[in-house]
Amino acid sequence: MKVCRRSFLSLIIGGAAGTALSPLPLKLMDDSSIWSQAWPWTPVPEDGEVSHVGSICTLCPGGCGITVRKVNDRAIKIEGMKGHPVNNGGICVLGLSGLQLLYGPTRVKTPLKRVGARGEGRWEKISWDEAIAEVVKKLGGLREKGKSHTVACISGTDRGTVAQLLGRFLTVYGSPNFIRIPSIQDSYELTMHLMQGVQASAGFDVENADFVLSFGSGLIEGWGSPVRMIKANSKWKERGKVVQIESRLSNTAAKADKWVPINPGTEAALALAIANVIIQKSLYNADFVKNYSSGFEEFKQMVLNEFSPDDVSGITGVSASTIESLAKSFAGSSKPLAVCGRGQGETPGSLNEFMAVHTLNALVGNIDKKGGVWTVPDPDYIKWPEVEMDRIAANGMSKARIDGAGSKRYPDTRYLLDRLPNAINSGKEYPVEALFVAGANPVYTIPDSKAVKEAFNKVPFVVSFSSYMDETAVNSDLILPNHVFLERYEDVPTPVGLQKPIIGLSKPVVKPLFNTKHLGDVILLMAKAFGGQIAKAFPWDSYEVCLKETLGNKWDKLINDGFWADSNFRPAVWGGAFHTPSRKFEFVNKGKAESIKIEGDEKAYPLILMPYDSMRLASGFIGDPPFVIKTVEDTVLKGKEIVVEVNPKSARGFREGDQAILSTPKGSVKVRVHHFNGIMPGLVALPRGLGHTAYDEYLADKGVNFNELIGPVEDPVSGLNAAWGIRAKLTRA
Amino acid sequence: MKEQHKNTKAKKYGMVIDLDKCTGCGACMAACMAENNVPFKKDESNKLDSITWMRVYSLTNGKKFPEADMCYIPRPCMHCEAHNGHAPCVSVCPAVATDYNHETGIVSQIYTRCFGCRYCMAACPYHARYFNWWDPVWPDGMEKYLSPNVSPRMRGVVEKCSFCFHRYQLAMNKAYVEGRRELEEDEYQTSCTQACPAGAIIFGDLNNPGHAVNQIAKPDPKHGGRPMNPHAFRLLERLGTNPKVYYLSSREWVRRAGDNYIKDEGKQGNH
Repeated sequence: MKVCRRSFLSLIIGGAAGTALSPLPLKLMDDSSIWSQAWPWTPVPEDGEVSHVGSICTLCPGGCGITVRKVNDRAIKIEGMKGHPVNNGGICVLGLSGLQLLYGPTRVKTPLKRVGARGEGRWEKISWDEAIAEVVKKLGGLREKGKSHTVACISGTDRGTVAQLLGRFLTVYGSPNFIRIPSIQDSYELTMHLMQGVQASAGFDVENADFVLSFGSGLIEGWGSPVRMIKANSKWKERGKVVQIESRLSNTAAKADKWVPINPGTEAALALAIANVIIQKSLYNADFVKNYSSGFEEFKQMVLNEFSPDDVSGITGVSASTIESLAKSFAGSSKPLAVCGRGQGETPGSLNEFMAVHTLNALVGNIDKKGGVWTVPDPDYIKWPEVEMDRIAANGMSKARIDGAGSKRYPDTRYLLDRLPNAINSGKEYPVEALFVAGANPVYTIPDSKAVKEAFNKVPFVVSFSSYMDETAVNSDLILPNHVFLERYEDVPTPVGLQKPIIGLSKPVVKPLFNTKHLGDVILLMAKAFGGQIAKAFPWDSYEVCLKETLGNKWDKLINDGFWADSNFRPAVWGGAFHTPSRKFEFVNKGKAESIKIEGDEKAYPLILMPYDSMRLASGFIGDPPFVIKTVEDTVLKGKEIVVEVNPKSARGFREGDQAILSTPKGSVKVRVHHFNGIMPGLVALPRGLGHTAYDEYLADKGVNFNELIGPVEDPVSGLNAAWGIRAKLTRA
Repeated sequence: MKEQHKNTKAKKYGMVIDLDKCTGCGACMAACMAENNVPFKKDESNKLDSITWMRVYSLTNGKKFPEADMCYIPRPCMHCEAHNGHAPCVSVCPAVATDYNHETGIVSQIYTRCFGCRYCMAACPYHARYFNWWDPVWPDGMEKYLSPNVSPRMRGVVEKCSFCFHRYQLAMNKAYVEGRRELEEDEYQTSCTQACPAGAIIFGDLNNPGHAVNQIAKPDPKHGGRPMNPHAFRLLERLGTNPKVYYLSSREWVRRAGDNYIKDEGKQGNH
């Protein structure tokens, strides 16, 4: 048979028609859909033996006890530890998501050395030996040139063995520049130091307070130890009152018994006006004022002359009658407590304000009393021998700190990280030749991101010890990744704001997943490599040995229970509580201290931009894991766009959901507008904790980092950052 | 439907959520996601396709500054009993993929039976049900934390809060091994209840006068479980869904908002 064109086409067309009429296409379609849908894309989690490990969460300074459920060697879920003195079974949204950090894509899996330009994200994997040798070589070179003081270290904390080892290393190496991340702890420590003459943290007996006067503190939004504060709030619902003084209806304000809107930045004046009423009506604790305080008469004259409710009403926008009733109910309660530190307390604030608020506590005599403010000494279990410095180290340590803390201008302040970028950029002090960053993400968390990045670029050698690829790690030269908190031992001294000293112990819940190393061990290895006096200061073989030895007889209790509490601890007795020159509580009288001026010209920038905090947005050195970012409402983040709150009255034609450009003297960003009746007209509120550029694709490039829009404002007394807002405007996009 | 056990009393597991204590912190949402292998996507800001078995909504009183007020309201599945178990979703499901369990009062969801018609989603007045538009994807390595007690769901099925039913099963297994037929109140608690830092969520058997939920909500069996506590209310009470989640609030506007689905509804004279 001859195959011609015609018969060929007939065969093809006939064949196609025949197949189409047969059940075959249908069958194939059916099969393929069954095949594609029944394909086991969904994982089947492996079952196994269930066990539980107790530990401490260190994702924030809250120090909650956690119980981790495991199946075989996999950690399945983090839950709150029952019976723990801080959180007793409760847990926050970030703590619950901890496993996403452990197993997540944002981990740094091995030591990395930068190959591309800074921040470009091109890395070379190196071994731990190489990494440590690299650091030692660089630091050794600086030391030889007598430039040991040009090494600085930014640390998330200065307490606990790891931070102490780091500080010890810096000292014996010869640099005075150990810098702690700023927070309201700085302001509270300084307040206690100036008014009570003690070097201690402020603890708040919130569980026993029956009237809480909060000057803008986000009591249930992450202030202090978050879970503990939320628990206390539930107690206050049953017996107690909360008054929230704040210009925006925060969650704390909405939950409070009374919300007192106030012109932002005038909190100190309000506190002193309340003091005025308390003194004028003789509602103060006469015993405390007469026998245990000094400087009261001058203070009294000052507030009576300058802070009458009528005058202050004009400044604060709070009516004189409200001021009087606040003063009466505060002084009339049996256990009143006044607190301050805005939002989650990550910006220190004006010292004047802290002292004014603390004065209220003194007037009602609730210092070191049930339901009041307690002086909490650090647990004194770290008793290492004094370091012996060699000549170079002693020389380095004799140099002034680069951040100006402890200088003539700011003699009482211990750390001033917010001043560091400017110190580096202006070049007035000595240059910083090397920078260590541990347990912190300063590139993200310090205000004025532009200046911070510029400063980082001026430092020739930046070493990050981060477990995660955060903004600081991205902008470093060398990453020496620490184990994450679920893989390592670490002591966790008293959580922030707790009124009694306790120690928690973080324990490895799972074996380290990657080629990471405990920061404590890294410090010991570096010290060994240096030899001489530096090695001598670290006589331990490993961090674990050091920790066990340091904790001594508390170790067994810590391993079994997860925490150690000093059962003998009692608050100080007034007679011996104060270590000021007068041995009494001092009403520090600074007169009419000027209030903190925010940046920007009112004419060019008619609005005031303020940040707000939320439990659902981690704004510290840990970024939101996927679960947490999922809980963020669409009135905060929509797609990749951040939503700002404005009162409909000051929206100036911007409708709900409109795009706009938000500008401040520091920068401009694109935002969406949300009308919110809970915010004072004239203000714009922007959530903190968004706008990450690093981490993973679940968090990066969403919204705006508040720190890009604001710069620090130096408090005249302490030098700490006291900026509570910045002038701003909204224009059409 | 399953036959009732003759030797055990029927339970009616339910919840009381104290809105005065709820701080809107979101711990219940994350606790639920972590317990129940709930997946996540790169963008979760479109709340219509964001799977949250437990979701915290915020309410405002609609007043101007400074009279404005705000309240958070966590919303799990209400596990409606309606009349004799005819919950809105149960009565429309053509596949019996969702059913009312008379033994526990829990409305189930059987993923392998569900074929994704989404009638139940249309029927549910609480938006408590979510559809899997995509197969879940966990980033490399994160599958390690998935719990073997709850099966991850596949594309094309509906899912919702189960009152952590697997915890009930585990607790019952343990009780049976120990020769018991009844659970203590604290033996079976949902993940959100356990996590809530405010202690705002209380869970237990509404039929058991010894359980806190019964004591607080005081459900009135003669009136379809309506709460006798004047501060307690249920969402959309008048629909007759007879939900097993009760809310407490001392603020009147919050209690009213709980049953005001369409603004100004009554005023226009329509029902």
